[in-house]
Amino acid sequence: MIDDRQHIDAPLLSIRGLRGRVTDAPEEILRGVDLEIRRGEIHALMGPNGSGKSTLAKLLSGHPGYEATGGEVLFRGEPLLALDPDERARRGIFLAFQYPMEIPGVSIANFVRTAMNARRAAEDEIPVLDFYDDLQAQMATLQMEPTFAERFVNEGFSGGEKKRSEILQMALLKPELAVMDETDSGLDVDALRLVAEGVVALARERTSMAVLLITHYQRILNYITPDRVHVLVRGRIARSGGAELAMEIESRGYDFIREELAPAAV
Amino acid sequence: MPQDTTLAALNLDEYKFGFRDEDTYVYKSERGLSRRIVEQISSMKEEPEWMLKRRLKALDIYDAKPVPKWGGDLSTLDMDRIYFYVRPADRESRSWDDVPEDIKRTFDRLGIPEAERRSLSGVGAQYESEMVYHRIKDELSQKGVIFDSIEDGLRNHPDLFKRYFGTIVPASDNKYAALNAAVWSGGSFIYVPPGVEVEVPLQAYFRVNTENLGQFERTLIIADEGAKLHYIEGCTAPTYSTDSFHSGVIEIVVSRGANVRYTTIQNWSKNMYNLVTQRARVESEGRMAWTDGNLGSKLTMKYPSCFLVGPGASGEILSIAYAGPGQHQDAGGKMVHAAPHTTSEIISKSISKGSGRSTYRGLLKVHAGAVGSVSNVQCDALLLDEAARTDTYPYIEIEEQNASIGHEATVTKIGDEQLFYLMSRGIPQAEARTMIVRGFIEPIARELPLEYAVELNRLIEFEMEGSVG
Ligand SMILES: Nc1ncnc2c1ncn2[C@@H]1O[C@H](COP(=O)(O)OP(=O)(O)OP(=O)(O)O)[C@@H](O)[C@H]1O
Ligand SMILES: [Mg+2]
Repeated sequence: MIDDRQHIDAPLLSIRGLRGRVTDAPEEILRGVDLEIRRGEIHALMGPNGSGKSTLAKLLSGHPGYEATGGEVLFRGEPLLALDPDERARRGIFLAFQYPMEIPGVSIANFVRTAMNARRAAEDEIPVLDFYDDLQAQMATLQMEPTFAERFVNEGFSGGEKKRSEILQMALLKPELAVMDETDSGLDVDALRLVAEGVVALARERTSMAVLLITHYQRILNYITPDRVHVLVRGRIARSGGAELAMEIESRGYDFIREELAPAAV
Repeated sequence: MPQDTTLAALNLDEYKFGFRDEDTYVYKSERGLSRRIVEQISSMKEEPEWMLKRRLKALDIYDAKPVPKWGGDLSTLDMDRIYFYVRPADRESRSWDDVPEDIKRTFDRLGIPEAERRSLSGVGAQYESEMVYHRIKDELSQKGVIFDSIEDGLRNHPDLFKRYFGTIVPASDNKYAALNAAVWSGGSFIYVPPGVEVEVPLQAYFRVNTENLGQFERTLIIADEGAKLHYIEGCTAPTYSTDSFHSGVIEIVVSRGANVRYTTIQNWSKNMYNLVTQRARVESEGRMAWTDGNLGSKLTMKYPSCFLVGPGASGEILSIAYAGPGQHQDAGGKMVHAAPHTTSEIISKSISKGSGRSTYRGLLKVHAGAVGSVSNVQCDALLLDEAARTDTYPYIEIEEQNASIGHEATVTKIGDEQLFYLMSRGIPQAEARTMIVRGFIEPIARELPLEYAVELNRLIEFEMEGSVG
């Protein structure tokens, strides 16, 4: 275990000059990303379609289809990029997927319990009843039917149910850093508010979870006030600012940032 | 770390199923098959004349029939090297105290006393070719339920036996059914009287323990009108270097309104040829369900079947196969609709790894006049890597216009995206693979009694060990 208390001021995550691509495709998608996130901070990541937001999320969580071609990432002060995805998750990184996968025959309850126990020693597995109490409480908070726990992971879920199930997993696994890839798209207004409240509770109140929130829309930021907003354009962070930057993008689109960037980008 | 404990447990399992006892046989036949061997078997069993005649007739049929070419590769099976009869102890024992010590140790290691402690109702255990331990709880006998070794069935209930033996699977059915009819030894005989429901599963354990031992168990189950039972048979076998052979015949009579479930999980060693004929005849409103797990063996050819001969009869086959490197699982099922309003369902799931090959081979036949019949076939194959192979041979013969038939087949590879999803939650890769495979077989595992579902999962996990990478 890494003792973070000694460097309480060090960022939880620091990304320096990260370059990356899809393995086997020569073209770089990320072309030098710099970003620091501290405990309890919420950072929004915005940017046009295809600018590389999901690529960054996948590089951080260790997707085998992506590779870093330059730069480095430190998580809790340790190099991250050489680690397997399961090791990264056990160290505290959680990715809420833009498109969660179906796992037929595996119930949500079984899945989450296995994931929770993967973080514990074999002799210290979470007692089954404690787990179910925990699970049912979180499901109630997210206004999910109790029977949902026995459904197979993402199989036949509506778009909104998939997203809610990602948040349920996050709430139970209590990561240090949650990377949320468009969790807000596909949610109805009520679900959006529930999800946002859940994120805020984890970040601000309970566990000082840090959040990298990938989104296209201002509306989730009405509930979650970000500490920083970053705009990714063609694989680089073109602009960073406070919550007001998201408002500006909402009203003006990305063109004004692209234009600012144009001379430098060539 | 959790991974390490799992690994240790799995290695213990390997030991558990791989041990080998000293041979202590009272009688062991010479290798190969001859008229003399058949006569010897019959006389050792002190059988009536009619049974000897049937055995000899079956031997002629066996000799006359060619080796089938349509299924797996049987060219390396050398019949001259096989022992056709082995008897481990000089008599059948009824109480645990009578069972010889070394056989007891074998049972201990197979966990049979535990199964008994779980208050299973009747435990018939086959060691080699003969029943050595067999017991039924009193209340079952009081209800008129018979659960005997097949030999005792013939001895003690000759009329019932003669009336049904060989009527569901005649010796002429196929080459290996004929072979079994000639040299059968061991197996269960079960009769459940009209209206009697046996709530707890009846179980038998089988174990083959001699190199080149042929095991030819024969089971006959008769469920009288409105009767209900679940019979479970599990097999494990230690590993040997030369090829072994198992050829069983299971006959089941499902009378009007009766309900029979037959569950078997075979885990023969990887050099075993496993050719089994299992068939049920289902009368009106009767219901037959086969659950068939094939994990071990070099080659398995096994197609449980239901002949739905009475109106409203129904049949179900749940089949699960695992083909690891060097294995060929050629399995599936047969449904024959020979009466109106009969229904059937086949769900087949196969998993292949490395050079393993799994084949689904199914026959669905709807005879003219079987109006309103409904059948649904679903076969799903999961490939664990690029080298694994699967193929599907669904034969469908429909002579009746007024029938509804559904057939669906899928092939899936364990995908990187699925694995990544599980691993992104902290689940190690090996465990993630196992989860996906368990999920895949869940529709079948949920039909099994809990301890069998656990065992099935454990065996598959054990087989998958080392498939990571
Ligand atoms: N597997 C792949 N093969 C080839 N190109 C890919 C692959 N995955 C992503 N890309 C390309 O990489 C670029 C960045 O994609 P990415 O998914 O990171 O964008 P994004 O910012 O998340 O977009 P969106 O807002 O639409 O979700 C795109 O041009 C995309 O086409
Ligand atoms: Mg994206």
